[in-house]
Amino acid sequence: MRKLITLNKAAYCAAAGVAALLSAVAIQAQEISRASIIASTCYTCHGTYGISPGTIPSIGDLSAERMSNMLKEFRSGQRVSTVMGRHASGYTDDEIAEVSQYFSNLQKRGK
Amino acid sequence: MAGISRRDFVKLLGTGGAMSALGLTGCETVPKSKAAPRVVVVGGGFGGATCAKYLRIYDPSINVTLIEQNTSFFTCPGSNWVLAGLRKMEDLSQNYSALSSKHGVNVLHGKVTAIDPAKRTVTLSNGKSVEYDRLVLSPGIDFRWNAIEGYDEAASQVIPHAWKAGPQTVLLHKQLQAMQDGGTVIVCPPPMPFRCPPGPPERVSMIAHYLKKEKPRSKILILDAKEGFSKQDLFMDAWNELYPGMIEWVPGSKGGLVKRVDPKTNTVYTNDGMTSHKGDVINIIPPQRAGEIATASGLTNKEGWCPVNQHTFESLMAPGVYVIGDSSSAGALPKSGHTANNIAKMTAASIAAQFRGVKIPLPSIVNTCYSLVGPEYGISIAAVYRLDEKGELVGIKGAGGVSPRTAGSMQRTLEARFAQGWYSGITADTFS
Ligand SMILES: Cc1cc2nc3c(=O)[nH]c(=O)nc-3n(C[C@H](O)[C@H](O)[C@H](O)COP(=O)(O)OP(=O)(O)OC[C@H]3O[C@@H](n4cnc5c(N)ncnc54)[C@H](O)[C@@H]3O)c2cc1C
Repeated sequence: MRKLITLNKAAYCAAAGVAALLSAVAIQAQEISRASIIASTCYTCHGTYGISPGTIPSIGDLSAERMSNMLKEFRSGQRVSTVMGRHASGYTDDEIAEVSQYFSNLQKRGK
Repeated sequence: MAGISRRDFVKLLGTGGAMSALGLTGCETVPKSKAAPRVVVVGGGFGGATCAKYLRIYDPSINVTLIEQNTSFFTCPGSNWVLAGLRKMEDLSQNYSALSSKHGVNVLHGKVTAIDPAKRTVTLSNGKSVEYDRLVLSPGIDFRWNAIEGYDEAASQVIPHAWKAGPQTVLLHKQLQAMQDGGTVIVCPPPMPFRCPPGPPERVSMIAHYLKKEKPRSKILILDAKEGFSKQDLFMDAWNELYPGMIEWVPGSKGGLVKRVDPKTNTVYTNDGMTSHKGDVINIIPPQRAGEIATASGLTNKEGWCPVNQHTFESLMAPGVYVIGDSSSAGALPKSGHTANNIAKMTAASIAAQFRGVKIPLPSIVNTCYSLVGPEYGISIAAVYRLDEKGELVGIKGAGGVSPRTAGSMQRTLEARFAQGWYSGITADTFS
């Protein structure tokens, strides 16, 4: 760690290049928005970035369109659920659109 | 490029020093001397661990130090399942290695004994102090010892509370295992507000599951300080179905309020001390307050909890200090691991937004508390919370609620599976 702090500017750039290749998102500051706040509440059950480690379905790989359709169907009761109907009823159309888009942007950034 | 391993690089980012500005500003503008903002988080439970992780996710340029007194953490969620024999203690054990190796959080094990909001420092029991720009406290709960006469910390070594998971859970489990068939288990839930409102009836259910299997002539007596409890109809329906005749619930006004305890004779006294109940196993869940460090630092109100700005979670008592999780008092939010995890992310966003100089989005907080009534019988309560015009977090009308009373066995089975899935999800989201 101490050694690295003495790196010169060229090394900084090289390091940035490596990091970009290895993990584009890890070093980037993330968007702070209504969508990021809402999405982060999904992660509690569905896993960080919507990638579930357990019996609750993953949602991180859904397209924006599919996610927003599903949430609206949960909300109307058209799609049967255990708890998602109770959750989806708490969000407006705009919020559903934003959070669905947020998940699909995460996919583009490799999450 | 060669010679810088990914690990070194992650470590380097973990320092939050000049390098971490890379992600934001690129190579040409790396500031050599600009100090990274420092956030100290006290308490590595559901609130603190999540907040530390998400501060680093929102902004890797923030130098985050998590101070936790224990090197591993036993989750309260799932601890009732241990009593039923559905989980082992080691299944509840979480640690801090991913927070440091994967997220670059500086994890420091020690006990915080004082905070100084004017000097912006916290002091540890070893005398060392750590400086901060923002401080987040998530110390959980502590008990009001002697609020029930005779129930102090020493008494809890005989009559366990098991409301902080660990040795207390093991003690209660052993006592249940040692009890003879035909014995009486007494469970005494506290008045509101307390950690995990559906926790006591879930505990009763899990004890009943064990007794039905191993000691079917036994009884459970609930001496409740309250007049009702979370998901009451659902629990009572399920008890009638799964454990008929085994469980008796006595509300506070009908003689449930426990006044005094005698650990020597395993007796609890109700009705102002006039009625005695002898138990073979007794579980007292004492009245509660904010974690000791929050209380000692003067961050509590007269009810013993920490009032906060419900948008940012900054303490109303000390600027620059944020109180999250069970210790905080924030509108209608219940004290649960789920809300602690959600508040933590909102707080991380609120602090990161301030450092970045952008607007703090409005909070959106969710709660989902699953309870297992039997291994294949799950029920839940859910809510979505937003700020109202008075700045209070309130449940959105029309959203949330409990599992339908009329649901069939399919939903109960699915919710039992999701209860376990929830455990996997929240522990991963908090600790890895
Ligand atoms: C039996 C039971 C079942 C439960 N089941 C559920 C459930 O199914 N779902 C749910 O959502 N919630 C559940 N809960 C509630 C949940 O456990 C709490 O709401 C949650 O732990 C609160 O998080 P926290 O961060 O406020 O406190 P905690 O998770 O308790 O973390 C506090 C941490 O701070 C540390 N600490 C305290 N003081 C200091 C100090 N001075 N210095 C250093 N470290 C310190 C402690 O060691 C601890 O690790 C349950 C609780 C119980 C008792």
